[in-house]
Amino acid sequence: MKFGVVVFPGSNCDHDAYYAVRRVIGEDARFVWHTERDLESYDVIILPGGFSYGDYLRAGAIARFSPILESVIAHAKKGKPVIGICNGFQVLCECGLLPGALIRNRSLKFSCKWVNLRYEATGSIFTERYYVNEIVSMPIAHGEGNYFADNETLAMLEDTGRIVWRYCAPDGTSEWSSSDAEIPAYNPNGSLNNIAGIRNEFGNVLGMMPHPERACESVTGGMDGLRIFESVING
Amino acid sequence: MKFKVEVFVSTRKDVLDPQGKAVEHALANLGFSGMTEVRVGKYLTFFIDAENRESAMAGVDDACEKLLTNPIIEDYEINLTEA
Repeated sequence: MKFGVVVFPGSNCDHDAYYAVRRVIGEDARFVWHTERDLESYDVIILPGGFSYGDYLRAGAIARFSPILESVIAHAKKGKPVIGICNGFQVLCECGLLPGALIRNRSLKFSCKWVNLRYEATGSIFTERYYVNEIVSMPIAHGEGNYFADNETLAMLEDTGRIVWRYCAPDGTSEWSSSDAEIPAYNPNGSLNNIAGIRNEFGNVLGMMPHPERACESVTGGMDGLRIFESVING
Repeated sequence: MKFKVEVFVSTRKDVLDPQGKAVEHALANLGFSGMTEVRVGKYLTFFIDAENRESAMAGVDDACEKLLTNPIIEDYEINLTEA
């Protein structure tokens, strides 16, 4: 399989994603500069983390109008796999491939740590190798990962099983009160319903704030992210 | 015609504005009383050449919808002044 890692000015997790695919998994991977338009030869597109265009205006807002994005959207519309990690998730929301938006962390602080995630929804091409209700651990590193969507959209995501990852306690507890008064300590940014990752209707597009590409070898602290890439290769 | 454009971008009312909340707390801590519902937004200025005010407004509005703001989380107001 051939992976395309899109590189925007300001991307900084592009090499991590490339390394995970090429060196850890052993599949073909190429960097694709944001001014390119041809994605015909690629099977999987990765929108990596970082600060595309310096996060100017809003995170992902300017990257969304890069020449490459039209091709990424076309790739996704054909049902081919697209994953947006961190800044890539922000870009996917800005361009409308995923609903909602990612706003400033409730704490106003950049949050960089390992978090626990509960795998909840099947149907994503990137997560076939996880077990429902499995608790995994991956790192986050973001200042704007606070997932927001209106009530109608949230209900739709819940009802259609599109919330793939939820922040949770080590024992898997993940509770959200609509009263909004208390954000659980295991929710690092204030995301509504403790949402850490969602998929599109057809399961070929996944957006997540945690970094699976940084959790592919035990030397970096854990390997729970590896199956994201294995899933999309082996189905 | 040339217009000076001002765009005021604010977080939508139903969206939490963590910056506004932090500023509000800081104001209260400093003894500024009675200052509530603080929202922190953005202010953009630029110029536009257009046939008339209506077409200038339409152009700016389109830019706001497509790029300058994210309608899911932000509201905006446009102010045009003949330059």
